[in-house]
Amino acid sequence: MDLDQNKVVLARETAGKIADRLHEWIGDYTTTTTERAAARLLGIDGVDQGDVPLANVMVDKLEEAGILNRGLVPWLARAMAERQENAQQIAENLASGKLSVTAVADCPEEKWRDIADKMAVEAAAKIKTVKKKREEMKKKAAPSGKPMLYVIVATGNVYEDAVQAKAAALQGADIVAVIRHTGQSLLDYVPYGPTTEGFGGTYATQENFRIVRRALDEAGEETGRYINLVNYASGLCMPEISAMGAIERLDMMLNDAMYGILFRDINMRRTFIDQHFSRMINAFAGVIINTGEDNYLTTADAYEKGYTVLASQFINEQLALRSGLKEEQMGLGHAFEIDPDMEDGLLMEIAQAQLCRELFPKSPLKYMPPTKHVTGDVFKTYLINGMYNLVSVMTGQEIQLLGMLTEAIHTPFISDRYLSIANSSYIFNNARHLGEEITFVENGKIQKRATYLLDQACEMLQEIEKISLEAAMEQGLFADIKRTREGGKGGNGVIEKHKEYYNPFFELFLNHAEPLEGRQS
Amino acid sequence: MEHDLTKVKAYGDTLNDGAMQVSFTLPVPAGDEAREAARQIALKMGLEGPSVTEMADLGAGFTFFVLYGRCSHAVDYSAIKIPKQQQHILNFKEINSLIKNELKRKVFVVAACTGSDAHTVGIDAIINMKGYKGEYGLERYPEIDAYNLGSQVPNAELLARAVELNADAVLVSQVVTQKNIHLENLTELVELAEAEGLRDRVMMICGGPRISHELAIELGFDAGFGPGTLPNHVASYIATELVKQVKDSKEN
Repeated sequence: MDLDQNKVVLARETAGKIADRLHEWIGDYTTTTTERAAARLLGIDGVDQGDVPLANVMVDKLEEAGILNRGLVPWLARAMAERQENAQQIAENLASGKLSVTAVADCPEEKWRDIADKMAVEAAAKIKTVKKKREEMKKKAAPSGKPMLYVIVATGNVYEDAVQAKAAALQGADIVAVIRHTGQSLLDYVPYGPTTEGFGGTYATQENFRIVRRALDEAGEETGRYINLVNYASGLCMPEISAMGAIERLDMMLNDAMYGILFRDINMRRTFIDQHFSRMINAFAGVIINTGEDNYLTTADAYEKGYTVLASQFINEQLALRSGLKEEQMGLGHAFEIDPDMEDGLLMEIAQAQLCRELFPKSPLKYMPPTKHVTGDVFKTYLINGMYNLVSVMTGQEIQLLGMLTEAIHTPFISDRYLSIANSSYIFNNARHLGEEITFVENGKIQKRATYLLDQACEMLQEIEKISLEAAMEQGLFADIKRTREGGKGGNGVIEKHKEYYNPFFELFLNHAEPLEGRQS
Repeated sequence: MEHDLTKVKAYGDTLNDGAMQVSFTLPVPAGDEAREAARQIALKMGLEGPSVTEMADLGAGFTFFVLYGRCSHAVDYSAIKIPKQQQHILNFKEINSLIKNELKRKVFVVAACTGSDAHTVGIDAIINMKGYKGEYGLERYPEIDAYNLGSQVPNAELLARAVELNADAVLVSQVVTQKNIHLENLTELVELAEAEGLRDRVMMICGGPRISHELAIELGFDAGFGPGTLPNHVASYIATELVKQVKDSKEN
């Protein structure tokens, strides 16, 4: 595409500065869900009599006692030292009222620190085992083609999800996402146990993760492949869901640094703090994250605002690097959303997709299907999805969320999924090496568009760097959505850290992640 | 082409051939028995001479069919009466001058995606400045004060804002329709409005990909807008209705 490499470097460096500016303050705070994630990593599971998760019970009680700003782990370790009980027993006793926060005596750090570090190391070792198991299973399985076929199931009932997920895998899907209940992003807790009622999707619970994981492993066994499972580390419980996913061998997580702020009106500070720990867990667990830039184009125009996707990808990349994620773990998102009535719209799509590919060469790019301009005309939608699949295989996208011909009508039927797999399989096979045969006309429409997008993205990043990312979001620079710094949900879950704050996982996850063994897919 | 509008049948290539294509999945493994099962379903649907043109194994004991047949049913087209929300749709300019000249005050509109629905694409297209397909959104109308409360707004909160702003119209968008949650949610909104004595004071309008004017009326709304709706369709309805209400009250 003959890109100006100086511009590429400039964009990346500017995004790096934007990320650094956020990190000047992120480390000074923790959040309720960050502490609950630590509890979950340490094996605290289950709910009290009122169905409140024990992780929430403990965090709430520590907050009431005014010591949550020191972190959950120090108190837990002290309680364990004093009572000779394990973490789960402490949580249960706290929930039943047998134990109160203040009943545990303060004690010098050397007395509890060993216990804290030891249990954290054990927890990390368990995650490492899970990661290893995934790597072994992938090694044994037949390698998946590129782009990988990603489908969603969204029945609301986890047992039905398991059936559909398995069917989709047997039909050829490489990746299955269980769409989440629409309201879950705003719940400040993670529901417990298997669930059979949800709208627009199924609750993300640890038991639900297990049930679908099992179904996909069965399908993998039958077909000699490895089927990736996806969920959403997003909303008010980003790090907790990452923790659950790390334990239950999820392979990918929707995990964007800004999505919650923009599209769920979650407090800015809360999201930036949460995404950091959440991504650290994903990094350590070998999970591939998917970012949500595609969503910008559902509210803003894809042609006019295509550059905002690029700018956001650069920021997501830089923030992800600072949480320990490797480029190979970054499924940066974008989408095929230009109005199909536009003359040469396809050329513009090719320009954007090819540009993403060249700017982020190691990232398993996640490409999202047309949704905004598709209607109930299933025949036309099927055709547009074909064009989308063609652009994808031509430009080397890796994670292909398959377009459904019934998009805009209902959550996919089992046959819709089958047809989408048939569509993409046909095109990916039929045009397999098309990309290798293409050179772009110098200064042609596609090259010009790519140059324009990169220039605009650079300008936007420089503007953001000048005013800060928070101010940029206040001004509506992304997705045409404006969010205030103090507004949004979950702001009261942000806690300034005490100088004695301690969370052993930060050190463990950031500094002891192993290098990836080749490409994770 | 002259034909009997009291007995209208589906059309393939010959009048009254009843030709129709259907596709569906059966929870049985693919095979001759599955094909016969699909054929029998088609017969029960009123499709004569059904022919399964495609049978695909979906795995896990499911089979997908594409099937053609001749539908024996006919309907009386001449007897169909559909309530129409408006006769004539005004444009941006006409709406603003109608409000300015006839109503002589600004119109207040509150809008939201309510319940657990997080999909703001519809409400944004209607309300936000930018609008959709070249039609400005209600925020752009000088004579309309529009407030977009965003997504996942509780019904009670939407109504509270309507009271606070003394809104002329409440717009609610529902995109997620799984298990008919949109119907529950919309019904709840109308019931709440009635319980709070608001229903007669404020115009209530719903919209979404699975909403029709007819459905909206059935649920107790004043109007409903489905796919393809542009901002001026909604604004035109609101302005015309408000002006009509003023005229009616003067005449009484």
